[in-house]
Amino acid sequence: MKKSLTIAVKDYRTYFTSPMGYILIAGFMLIMGWMFFNSLTYFTLQNLQYKQFGMGKGASLTEGIVKPFLGNMNVVLLFFAPFITMRLFAEERKLQSIQLLLTSPITLTELVVGKFLSALFLVGTMVLLTAIYPIILVAYGNPDVGTLFTSYLGTLLLASCYLSAGVFFSSTTENQIVAGALTFATGLFFWLINWASQSAGPVLGDVLEYLSLIQHYNNFSQGLLTTTDLIFYISFIGLGLFFTHRVLDSYRWR
Amino acid sequence: MIEVKELSKFYGPRPAIDRLNFSIQPGEIVGFLGPNGAGKSTTMKIVTGFMPATSGTVTVAGFDVFEQSLQVKRNVGYLPETPPLYFEMIVEDFLKFAAKLHDVPASQLKAKVDSALERTGLTQVRKRIIGNLSKGYKQRVGIAQALVHDPKVLILDEPTVGLDPAQIIEIRELIKSLAGQHTVILSSHILQEVTATCQRIIVISKGKIVAQDTIERLTTQINQGVIYGLTVKATETQGIEAIRALKSVAHVDVSGNKLLVALHPDQASERDQIIQAAVNAKMGVLDFALERRSLEEVFLELTHEQSNGVAS
Repeated sequence: MKKSLTIAVKDYRTYFTSPMGYILIAGFMLIMGWMFFNSLTYFTLQNLQYKQFGMGKGASLTEGIVKPFLGNMNVVLLFFAPFITMRLFAEERKLQSIQLLLTSPITLTELVVGKFLSALFLVGTMVLLTAIYPIILVAYGNPDVGTLFTSYLGTLLLASCYLSAGVFFSSTTENQIVAGALTFATGLFFWLINWASQSAGPVLGDVLEYLSLIQHYNNFSQGLLTTTDLIFYISFIGLGLFFTHRVLDSYRWR
Repeated sequence: MIEVKELSKFYGPRPAIDRLNFSIQPGEIVGFLGPNGAGKSTTMKIVTGFMPATSGTVTVAGFDVFEQSLQVKRNVGYLPETPPLYFEMIVEDFLKFAAKLHDVPASQLKAKVDSALERTGLTQVRKRIIGNLSKGYKQRVGIAQALVHDPKVLILDEPTVGLDPAQIIEIRELIKSLAGQHTVILSSHILQEVTATCQRIIVISKGKIVAQDTIERLTTQINQGVIYGLTVKATETQGIEAIRALKSVAHVDVSGNKLLVALHPDQASERDQIIQAAVNAKMGVLDFALERRSLEEVFLELTHEQSNGVAS
């Protein structure tokens, strides 16, 4: 696993030797900052109205700001993930630098995990940078810290699912655009897969509901850590990486 | 150091290499020679463990490339046809990365990278970005990458392709300097390259080995007898017949105004008489010299015979 880390660190640094890493982080921070600002102003306005008409306390900080803020972040990450993962294998294949990796004494598992970790490190950087906003909330108010923690964990796991799919699609093609487009389409599809759960009948409906990426996030946003959700996310990530492993293995046989 | 037995690789029904057998001793520099598409790169890819063979076995330093591929990969440095470089990385960082991938312990990292930089003449550009280097330097980074972990075996696929003459000479010197400490296989379709650097050559054509021997032996093996080239102003049938009639002359080929006079190897040469005959026939002798058959022709002959054999 030491070599996975070597690869992860090298690829993570590669994001910052081109404008790519800076653009992704800056763009993400700009959008998240705008979203936080807007949910904050909306929240204050709403609370003011509640007070004015004597309708009680209104929404809590967790319900009113943290939940929508992280929910939005999950959508924004769906757009950003393809840009993060698309080059990981596609570029190596195009420039043939993958020959170095495949003739080095590393296993394919170490290689796949290393590539995945490099993308996860970048998403981790982006997501953790947004922690500045909840920290402001904690400093001036009293949002539920436990819920904050589980929400962030859920967001990282959800983003890891996009990344895992992205690593897989990147390994299947030399074309980065194709890899990115497939990643986005797949992420979106698994997001919306439960739309049909109402009309699909009892058994299939449950299956579709279970397969939905966002459905498993709901518990995290409530502050609940359940094994079902953890197992679902970890299986999804594992499956994507396993498929990548198979693709790379078949690449050598061609 | 390297044992290849009955090695075959099929791409679909077409064999890229067909039952190759050869072995390479430690410290040898061996040239893989053959026209484009002969199966040189395929063989190298299999020996490095990049690609599995259809049948046959390869052992490197005592390890089977398929069963014990990690040990083999640890002992092999490989420069593919396109050097595997990350253009956005700095030379030094890239070599550190390659060394780490090949299990160089952290304590030796700096020393090994420094030594690789020095041996390939990259010390002045160690802080430069690879993408900004000239083609020759990129190729050197590729070679440095292959030898940074001090492998027992170095496999270089067309190491001098695309370089300028001065750079080619430098790279050849570098490869020669590796003899003894490393076992080197290099491939090329250029003959001078192989004659200049290798001790032994393996000629392959259409996936088969057509010859393997030392360069001297391979040249003499085919180059029996001595050939003189006689350039004249105008060829005269009478004069040519006179030369043909000489006892030591095996045959005479005429191409334009040049006569190629082949002598029997065991007869005393009659150079005087050849010139005499030409002068008597008033052909106007311009030049008379020993025609050395180059390895180029040997190579063409070998690969040509092979293709004739396949056709018939």
